[in-house]
Amino acid sequence: MPGELTHGHHQIELQCSACHTSPFGGDEVLQDACVTCHADELKLALDSHPKTKFTNPRNADLVKVLDARYCASCHSEHNPDITRPMGVTHPEDFCVQCHQDIGEERETHQGLGFETCASAGCHNYHDNRALYEDFLLKHQDSVTPTDRRQLPSELKDYLLSMGTTWEKRTQPSAAAEQVMTDEIHADWLASAHGQAEVGCDSCHTNESSGEWIEKPSTEQCQGCHAAETEGFMAGKHGMRLAAGLSPMTPAQAHIPMQSANAHKELTCNSCHGAHEFNRVDASTTACLTCHADDHSKSFFDSPHGSLWLEVEQGVRPMEEAVSCATCHMPREENTVFGQKVVQVQHNQNANLRPNEKMIRPTCMNCHSLSFSIDALADPVLIHNNFNGQPAEHIRSIDMAVERDQSYQDRLNQP
Amino acid sequence: MMKLTRANVLTGTLTSAVLAATLMTAGCQQEAAAPAGIEPQIFTDSLFAVMKSDRTNYTKMIVQRLGPNNGDFIKPNEHWEDMAEGAPLPAQMFRYGAEGVAEMTDDFTYSLQSIWPINSQNAPKTPMEKEGLQYVSDNPGQNFYGTETLGDQDYFTAVYADVAVSPACTKCHNEHKDTPRTDFKIGDVMGGVVIRVPL
Repeated sequence: MPGELTHGHHQIELQCSACHTSPFGGDEVLQDACVTCHADELKLALDSHPKTKFTNPRNADLVKVLDARYCASCHSEHNPDITRPMGVTHPEDFCVQCHQDIGEERETHQGLGFETCASAGCHNYHDNRALYEDFLLKHQDSVTPTDRRQLPSELKDYLLSMGTTWEKRTQPSAAAEQVMTDEIHADWLASAHGQAEVGCDSCHTNESSGEWIEKPSTEQCQGCHAAETEGFMAGKHGMRLAAGLSPMTPAQAHIPMQSANAHKELTCNSCHGAHEFNRVDASTTACLTCHADDHSKSFFDSPHGSLWLEVEQGVRPMEEAVSCATCHMPREENTVFGQKVVQVQHNQNANLRPNEKMIRPTCMNCHSLSFSIDALADPVLIHNNFNGQPAEHIRSIDMAVERDQSYQDRLNQP
Repeated sequence: MMKLTRANVLTGTLTSAVLAATLMTAGCQQEAAAPAGIEPQIFTDSLFAVMKSDRTNYTKMIVQRLGPNNGDFIKPNEHWEDMAEGAPLPAQMFRYGAEGVAEMTDDFTYSLQSIWPINSQNAPKTPMEKEGLQYVSDNPGQNFYGTETLGDQDYFTAVYADVAVSPACTKCHNEHKDTPRTDFKIGDVMGGVVIRVPL
């Protein structure tokens, strides 16, 4: 391989054809590969710099300096020596190439270094949903009341909300009877599957051949849980499976993992546990089974982790719990078949980088915008799992308020 | 860079038309002449007619009527995608059209620009854009045509005045936080549509 891949692609490095879809063709082939996996998330992020902004010939001079029509102009692969956070390989002055006038004309921006535009919690090249000026003004001093989103209470409601139907199977088949134990039966009975009478053969039988499947895979899960599986496959946990490779294992990760579990394979059941499908365990215990970086290891000592422990001890209601999944696999309200449904985003990377993506779907459920921006811009806080106060205050909201005040004054002048 | 005025381009077009007609007459007696293509100016003038009509209709029939005029049913806003009741601003609607066209064809491109832009990225950039925007502003009712080379490609470039047709245009631009000009009136040239055809 010409050079190591970035943190975002090393998982599928043995599947060259995932990106190099054709031995012929250059930039366009690679661009198609980027778009195949990342187009939807860019659209969702209301991408501030879509390709369409650069195709007009009036931008020919800009494109010569920075060809923003192609992802690889900034995110080139196999270049570990020049790869910076977010897989960016372009020098840090990319904002200035087009927006140098802002630094000169806006009083608030004078004297700011070119490298601070997108690295100080103020702007992002693609996703500015929590950072644009009107949003900063709207949420300048508000703390959104906690509005913990609930999944449908019964599996039946959930499946119906997805447009899924299933046949109730309470009687195990002969094949199921052979391997059934009391423990398996009890786990199943207590699970959402058991409550909705989704029986053994619903998952353990191949629908077309009728054959018994000893270990159901993501293929069986996605029959009912399509959106969740899609999210899983799009993230780092499932992207190897999506590329046709064997499941991801902690041993292959580039971040610290629990060595005892280095060779565990990642499928739906790795976190959800066959038969019991315990959503509470899946939201924290399962994560810490593998993840052993400082942020993960600091969880229980952090304010978030304290809330979690209090819920476990029964002194705090579940609605006030903060688990790993609260932030990394948040509950999202989506519209499916015209109905609003709450779904868990199973792509753990969807709101991870840049971390400002996390502000709206998670942080602002409990914290003010200002605090969220400050906290996410503080690497020490991220390291210790937000145990303490942000060291620095990011002035973006203040700047927006100041500018708005002088605008209002101008408007009100007689 | 060659600048063509409205008059000499029209003469050129007419001359070509007469020439084509002559050739076709001659062709009847000898062999069939190759079909004449559309002159770049007729092409861009026609495109502009469609753009102007659509743009005016969206501004008057949707933005002005359902926004300020009629109980704020919709809120035209730059960040409309982030608002349940938001609708694209007329300038954004125009840009989305241009971007949609760019995904379908390379035969022409267009953009909306102004000497007094709210977003500085929409200020004229190339020498011909600067000249053309100034020309349509100084000469109401007239268009500007020329050719220019951008990134090793020659273009026929046409610039058409973008005129304030509704209070939605003037009020928003005069009162916007980022506007460099605050005295637009209905009928004023506020900017220009630049259409390019690769030659």
